[in-house]
Amino acid sequence: MLDLTPREVKERSALRINPCKTCQPVGAMYAALGVHGCMPHSHGSQGCCSYHRTVLSRHFKEPAIASSSSFTEGASVFGGRSNINTAAKNVFDMYGPDIIAVHTTCLSETIGDDLNSYIMDLDLPEGKIVVHANTPSYVGSHVNGFFNMMMGFMNYLTQRTGTPNGKTAVFPGWLNPGDIRELRRLAGLMDVPATFFPDQSGVMDAPMTGRYDMYPQGGTTIEEIRGLGDCAGLIALGEIIGAEPAELLRKKWKVPFVLLPAPIGVSNTDQYVSALRRASKTEVPAELEAERGRLVDLLLDSHQHTYMKKAAIFGDPDVALGLTSLALEMGMVPKYVITGTPKEEFTRRANALFSKYGAEGCTAKANADLFELHQWIKNEPVDVMIGTTYGKQIAKAEDVPFVRAGFPVLDRYGGTLLPIVGYSGAIRLTEQITGALLDRFDRDASDEDFEIVL
Amino acid sequence: MTAREKLLEKYSAKVYKNRKDHILQLEESDEARNIAANTRAIPGVMTARGCCYAGCKGVVVGPLKDVCVITHGPVGCGFYSWGTRRNKARTDERADKNFVPYCLSTDMQEPDIVFGGEKKLEKAIDEAMAIFDPKCVMICSTCPIGLIGDDVQAVARRVEEKYGIRAIGYSCEGYKGVSQSGGHHIANNGLMRYVIGTGDEPPKTKFSVNVLGEYNIGGDGWEEARILKRCGIEVLNLFTGDASYESLKSAHLAHLNLVMCHRSINYIAEMMKTKYGIDWLKVNFIGVGATCESLREIAGYFGDAGLTARVEEVIADEIGAISEEMAYYRSRLTGKTAGIFSGGSRSHHYQALLADLGMKTVIAGYEFAHRDDYEGRDVIPLIKEDADNKNIESITVSPDERFFRRAYSDEEIEGLREGGVEIDAYGGMLPEMAAGDVVVDDYNHFETDELIRTMKPDIFLSGIKDRYSIQKAGVSSRQIHSYDYSGPYAGFNGAANFGRDVTMALYSNAWGLVTPPWRHAPMLVGSVAEGGGK
Repeated sequence: MLDLTPREVKERSALRINPCKTCQPVGAMYAALGVHGCMPHSHGSQGCCSYHRTVLSRHFKEPAIASSSSFTEGASVFGGRSNINTAAKNVFDMYGPDIIAVHTTCLSETIGDDLNSYIMDLDLPEGKIVVHANTPSYVGSHVNGFFNMMMGFMNYLTQRTGTPNGKTAVFPGWLNPGDIRELRRLAGLMDVPATFFPDQSGVMDAPMTGRYDMYPQGGTTIEEIRGLGDCAGLIALGEIIGAEPAELLRKKWKVPFVLLPAPIGVSNTDQYVSALRRASKTEVPAELEAERGRLVDLLLDSHQHTYMKKAAIFGDPDVALGLTSLALEMGMVPKYVITGTPKEEFTRRANALFSKYGAEGCTAKANADLFELHQWIKNEPVDVMIGTTYGKQIAKAEDVPFVRAGFPVLDRYGGTLLPIVGYSGAIRLTEQITGALLDRFDRDASDEDFEIVL
Repeated sequence: MTAREKLLEKYSAKVYKNRKDHILQLEESDEARNIAANTRAIPGVMTARGCCYAGCKGVVVGPLKDVCVITHGPVGCGFYSWGTRRNKARTDERADKNFVPYCLSTDMQEPDIVFGGEKKLEKAIDEAMAIFDPKCVMICSTCPIGLIGDDVQAVARRVEEKYGIRAIGYSCEGYKGVSQSGGHHIANNGLMRYVIGTGDEPPKTKFSVNVLGEYNIGGDGWEEARILKRCGIEVLNLFTGDASYESLKSAHLAHLNLVMCHRSINYIAEMMKTKYGIDWLKVNFIGVGATCESLREIAGYFGDAGLTARVEEVIADEIGAISEEMAYYRSRLTGKTAGIFSGGSRSHHYQALLADLGMKTVIAGYEFAHRDDYEGRDVIPLIKEDADNKNIESITVSPDERFFRRAYSDEEIEGLREGGVEIDAYGGMLPEMAAGDVVVDDYNHFETDELIRTMKPDIFLSGIKDRYSIQKAGVSSRQIHSYDYSGPYAGFNGAANFGRDVTMALYSNAWGLVTPPWRHAPMLVGSVAEGGGK
């Protein structure tokens, strides 16, 4: 496996090998799927739409609906105005969504299609809405596409009526439905009425009923998005993915926000719970504190198997930072922490975490790729890898235990239904990580060292 | 109202006008067997189609294992086509490098779009040369490349001069043509121009073949090669599953071309016929009966008594090995109905295998087939070119005097045809289908959903984008592009694998759990009155 990857690291400035990111539009599509009754629409050639739907279906094992402007060579020369006109009519006719969320592609961005004016000129059926976001594939990564689409919805829809709705807005960032459910449960326990935006729970983990519903129960409603401007405050999770949308809501409607790390691990979850506590002015219930206590108990119980174990962590910036924080809480050394997303903020925050725990000899890098990570591991190995499915090639090549987390995970089932966030998510991750380490320990043990009790 | 009429009645006038010619319901008579195909999809209908790049890089050139295939563009296109198609490959004596597990991209950024990306592409190739030292580099263009005017062919020429290797630039921008199909054609042209015919490694036997349009998904090609080898037929190349640049160079020395996926590679079959005189046979290794028929046809082509006898021995032995298993699956599946929506070939191929299992295909459709894939190659002269097809280059070749040789004269070929060896011919899918069956070209989400509801097939074979909506509607569903990570489905062993997978799709115990028990149990109400009932 990956036999052609040499140990020697050669400087590269042009060739990306085995990326740890993908392009903006898929992020926009996923964000739009978190809005109830919404059809994501890809304004470009139809291959983009096909690829994005495919990777989303492979990750969630769910239908991922989206339509395309189906550009041909003609549209690429003359512009895609008639394509979006036809598409909007057909989508509303055939698929009846409440709202279409258009995102652009490198094709429509390169030719400079003006979606603002195209959409303004659309002849829409009564009560139907079309919004858009610019998501050029050659800027940032899929993470940018996600927050750009959030801002697209907010630019078109949010308002301030002057009457506070008494709710707290929560931007969960790019997580799985199981994570969002968990964040909502925590908000419920803390007695915080909240609007989660976007919210793919119920949509990208729709139950089996024997009836296919294109727009299942779930997703942030248009009314809820409109109401974001009337929220008392905003908790934006994910310091990279949440920053720009949070800033937009503050600028537009003066909604104050706290920007927190993705609530992965004890202290990151503590920050979320503390923010909820401030919002509701309610004490943390005993039930939740006990949950936290069980997690810390588990960390202490298992510490001897994780202490100073070296981990390679890779994926989207906020998830990778959260996993790094948990790894440090477990006493591990996050030897390599990378993201493909080009955001230097990531490196700064990862280094801050290393210093906080006095972890030495760790490397963090944004705009990195899995080929480079593999070369590092060849030079200085790690005990465990934690990240997205594509890491499995390296894990196999170097015989490293591997725990899957983040997006995309294409080769396992059920993971999107369960959380990695919150105290319960950290319990799940701790079980997975120690399990992976101990499975390896057992596999490699000689018969006389093979322990029944560990 | 027929299923077709039900499907069309919900469309607006404009969509109706377009879609009516893409949807057939086969009648008792042989009329209404003409279909519209390979025309542009209507924006917004949720077509399943992909793009030109997907056809070129994803389908045809991506599987070449010893080639550094570099996607020139933003990172997404390379990412999505990385390790997702199941075109299996392993190193061999000709190709000691396998790039299939790798994804190489120029990951273009905004300044590259504004100022041009050629320099970055050349730099990327320099870096690839320094790290991997391949014998061949192929550049696949994504949408922005043509728009910003990067000349990938010029870059390829410069790379050839600089490194003395083969370098090929493909202008397969996503917006070209109407589907993946244009990309297949562009890839075929490149292989024909720059690869096939540049080698000189002769076959070792007198019965050597290339299997064209076999991408070795789930190991299909390996199962085919196993059977062919047992029969004494030498497989020079699978095109392009598990294929190498090094090996394709000598593909023109084969005695016969076999065509599996007619849609994606008929261009090469035809061009090799013209340029090298190699005859081709449309084969189908999907299904026990179909595999036997194809093997007999190949033996018939070579007309060698020893080979013919060997083929019969192998057939008897292989069928013997799977007969018990197949009989069991047939007992579970007989009488079931199926729908198949695939790319451009499998909807035809799999009807044979489903029939082996006692099943009937009632719905069939293609994403990107042309009329000849439905109606047979006789229709080709009648196909009208439109603006979209014209943009896909069609190259003409002429006989290459060094290598051109005919195995048979025209009269001999006629004789073989009369004997059932259908040289250079493909009759298409429609003749195999019966009255009442529905055929859909460039199917979309709405049509899939409606047909599931109205025709209620027992199983639907389609792609990942439909996989879960079909299942949610209560119909068993399997991916016929990726085989749901199973396979091989080709040949004799593949038929048994497929039988197993369809059986489990239909009989999975979880189907019995969909409706909670309380939905059908009356709520117990009331209580026995005190002192009552005596």
